[in-house]
Amino acid sequence: MIICSIIGVWGNITANRMASKVAKDSSEKIRHDLFEKISYLSSKQVDRVTIPSLESRLTTDTYNVHRMIGMIQRMGVRAPILLLGGIIITFIMEPYLTLVLVATLPFITAIVYRKATKGIPLYTKVQTATDDMIRVVRENVAGIRVIKALSKVDYEKNRYDRINRKLVDKEKQAGIAMAVTNPLMNLFLNLGLTGVILAGAYRVNMGLSETGKIIAFMTYFTLISNAMMSISRIFVEISKGIASADRIGEILNIPADLIVLDEKEFKREEGSIIFDHVSFSYNGVKNNLENINFRIDKGQTLGILGATGCGKTTILQLLLRFYDVKEGSIRINGKDIRSMNNKELRKLFGIVMQNDFLYADSIKENIRFGRDLSDEQINQAIKVAQAEEFISNLEKGTDHILTSRGTNISGGQKQRILLSRAFAANPEILILDDSSSALDYKTDANLRKAIKECFKDTTTIIVAQRISSIMHADRILVLEEGKIIGDGTHDELIKNCELYKMIESTQMGGAFVD
Amino acid sequence: MTKPKLIKEKRGTLLRLTKILFEHKIHLIIALVLMIGANTLALIGPKLSGQAIDAIGENIGQVNFSEVYKYCLLMIGVYVISSILSYTLSVSMIRLSQKITYKMRQSVFDHLLDLPVGYFNDTQIGELISRISYDIDTINTSLSNDLLQIITGSITVIGSLWMMITLSWQLTLVFVITVPISIAFARYKTTKIRPLFRNRSKKLGELNGFSEEMLSGQKTIKAYNQEEEILRRFDEKNKDAMQAYYEADYQGSMIGPSVNFVNNLSLSLVSVFGALLYLASSISLGNISSFVLYSRKFSGPINETANIMSELQSALAAAERVFKLLDEPIEIKDKESAINLENTKGNVTAEHVQFGYDVDKLIIHDLNFEALSGKTVAIVGPTGAGKTTIINLLMRFYDVNSGVICVDKHDVRNLTRKSLRKSYAMVLQDTWLFGGTIYENISYGSNNATYEQVIECAKAAHIHNYIEQLPQGYDTALNDDGVNISKGQKQLLTIARAMLADANMLILDEATSNVDSRTEMLIQNAMLKLMEGKTCFVIAHRLSTIQHADLILVLKDGDIIEQGNHESLLKKKGFYASLYNSQFEN
Repeated sequence: MIICSIIGVWGNITANRMASKVAKDSSEKIRHDLFEKISYLSSKQVDRVTIPSLESRLTTDTYNVHRMIGMIQRMGVRAPILLLGGIIITFIMEPYLTLVLVATLPFITAIVYRKATKGIPLYTKVQTATDDMIRVVRENVAGIRVIKALSKVDYEKNRYDRINRKLVDKEKQAGIAMAVTNPLMNLFLNLGLTGVILAGAYRVNMGLSETGKIIAFMTYFTLISNAMMSISRIFVEISKGIASADRIGEILNIPADLIVLDEKEFKREEGSIIFDHVSFSYNGVKNNLENINFRIDKGQTLGILGATGCGKTTILQLLLRFYDVKEGSIRINGKDIRSMNNKELRKLFGIVMQNDFLYADSIKENIRFGRDLSDEQINQAIKVAQAEEFISNLEKGTDHILTSRGTNISGGQKQRILLSRAFAANPEILILDDSSSALDYKTDANLRKAIKECFKDTTTIIVAQRISSIMHADRILVLEEGKIIGDGTHDELIKNCELYKMIESTQMGGAFVD
Repeated sequence: MTKPKLIKEKRGTLLRLTKILFEHKIHLIIALVLMIGANTLALIGPKLSGQAIDAIGENIGQVNFSEVYKYCLLMIGVYVISSILSYTLSVSMIRLSQKITYKMRQSVFDHLLDLPVGYFNDTQIGELISRISYDIDTINTSLSNDLLQIITGSITVIGSLWMMITLSWQLTLVFVITVPISIAFARYKTTKIRPLFRNRSKKLGELNGFSEEMLSGQKTIKAYNQEEEILRRFDEKNKDAMQAYYEADYQGSMIGPSVNFVNNLSLSLVSVFGALLYLASSISLGNISSFVLYSRKFSGPINETANIMSELQSALAAAERVFKLLDEPIEIKDKESAINLENTKGNVTAEHVQFGYDVDKLIIHDLNFEALSGKTVAIVGPTGAGKTTIINLLMRFYDVNSGVICVDKHDVRNLTRKSLRKSYAMVLQDTWLFGGTIYENISYGSNNATYEQVIECAKAAHIHNYIEQLPQGYDTALNDDGVNISKGQKQLLTIARAMLADANMLILDEATSNVDSRTEMLIQNAMLKLMEGKTCFVIAHRLSTIQHADLILVLKDGDIIEQGNHESLLKKKGFYASLYNSQFEN
């Protein structure tokens, strides 16, 4: 008996260890797959699901699944074995009594099944409420300065309070719905037990059984009942886990869009970018871009100017194929960008976007950004981006650690680090989306000069508010409400584009007040 | 950390958790009563079944059916009531734990908003989210399940023990001989797994922090083809976190089976002695059966408790992290004697102000200026010269190291923060909008603004037409991160927000940096009207926007190197003049 126990305990520990390992490995894999899938979702798909929701799926949902896997193995395997074993042993001992007990099993199964299926949608609601909570926390952390400045701390606390209440309510609903399972199961089992005693009494009376057997039967019954209890306990985890697994599955099952088309024949035109009658709409209702046509060639610079919200950034997003065009086509080197895989396409670019992304790491790593770049390339890029001076003033130079979102440096410094990142890999095409707005004029002028010298053969697209940033471009597009209303060089536009002329006059030596 | 400190911290965490629990005394007492009721009844069950079996007797045809029926009926009654009680109990425990969870989440969030803005500079959003979701959830699970189980468990254990003693004290003695071994083992293990759980919470937090950061930077990552590299780094963190999880999990799960083993030893001892006692006729068969049932009942919770120990450890580790956040010092509270700034005239002065974000690294060495009511002060200088820092000091996001900033002759430290900040309207470089509707976003900061007022301001900020085009106009909800709204449009919305705010001082930190020149021109009059009669602090790189300022402060490396108006500064032919002229070079 002791030896059996020792083997038993050893087996148990090993089983637990393996269960933990399986749970760990599988949830590691699930999280990996999910993150990978998210990385390759198109921007449209991300917009639809929203980032907070993706985040909560990546964290809390995978965690719920992890727990479920662990639980199922630990109890879900052991308990049914104990249950089955218990039933078989009792059946061999006393088949009739066992039948009495087994008669309660369908009821129990029905209860558990019903509760579990009812629980899943409730837990889905819990997770959706969690999305909202994450959304508010993110918003508040990002906007803390504004919130404090406007003395809206109390307002935000109330806003969070509402969401918190909602979440807690959903959790409560789910919890209470599941809470009935355990006592009901217990009750049925015990009713079964009472039945066994009664049946036993008759059988003993008729001489078909002995009291000793009934006693032994009862011992096994406890085993069965404990097994059932464990099963009921894991059902909460399972409902929760299934709800979360569904949410993860939802993401994993998003079909790939931005499909790579097959374009076998095309005329190769080295270094050119062509927008051919391009129209695009974010929401499918109103066009954000309409009939955009232009072409630039290798080494040329294109400037894009226009009012806020006119679609400048949209043009860039299309060029990088974050979204697909609605009509027309975009060609690089003569090839439709839809026929290149994203990797091949995006390899061509060095880009600085508005609101761009810096993360908690050193300046050097932020510039290197995972690419295979030598320190020399990085230092050269820093020079071109006019960032050398301020970086060398930092105690640790390029090893200076930035905080998340680069909150420990100024806006202009951020832009110059982002520019360095774009320059470092010597891209074929350089895209600068309002990337020098926080620089003072002098630095901006120096930057332009340096770009001109170092990126002679690079095709450049500059989106800017300041005329001075783009006036030397080979071609300038003036955009209004998604349409091109001016197209030409600075000198041409001054002559024939009212809007351009007006902007020019306000900026060049013009005054703030009329 | 040294060991005694750790132990102290552990006690502290437990104590604080207990304190939180005891805030709901009545709830707890009700739960306890229900628990005792449910468990006592459940304990009576086996006793009754034993009596029923005794009533069956051992001889054919001599079963005392009326007794058997009686006991069976009693059993049914007992079990029905016990089930009802235990259902009521778990419902009330769920309510209790949700109450506590709600409170915890709320206090963490409230505390976050009371922290100084500097705290957020080097904190990852995801890490905070991890605390507010994962850590608090862990505590919650533990409170609602484990606590219940531990208490039910202890009652069951004590009850079973009592029943066992009444059945046969000799057997009980044999049975409990191994209990100290179990306890010692469980204790030893618990101290060992504690740091593992702490590590697990920390690693999960890091993973979440990383995930959040990378999700925010998705477009850039795509543009640079870095999906694989980021995935690789994610995998590292993921692996770390899962390894930490696994270690804690596995070590924790060892306790249960080990204790179970010791228990099985006891049971074999009981069988041997039980048989001996039966032979010696000092115990009935029914009693042996009941005894075994009780001893099973006794070991059940002990096994469970051993399992729960690890859950409890993870809850404690999570609670530690939550409490640590709650212990972060908040912004210095307003002085008791702090007064409300009312009817602000807007005379702002700075005298010999020194300031650095790190105490030992001064950014501003000796700041002096005087901004008179209704005047416009422009702050000019190269990036990183300290312009935004000055704004931070004016709004009292930070307190000066030395020197004094006054508004209407009041040291700002003697004013309530709320009234000080309310007297400023501001448009910042980093435009911030939240997930509410456009209307809510514009009226944010001014309570009770009417729809008409909001529309009027939106018109003045030249954003009205854009809003009208949106599917639900002013009631359009802005999605997360303001999809489909350009940075410039966001800025126009914040300008409208500032226009609506009724404040006597104004801060414009690159207020139109993202607005195109044409729109800027169109909103110019509105901006002028906004600035009219207010003390304005303007930060701008476009010198054209500041040359009409009454006072220009030229900042370099945290010091004001020149000040005066446009003409006087040009005459000086200093730094400002060279900046100004540089825009006509090329």
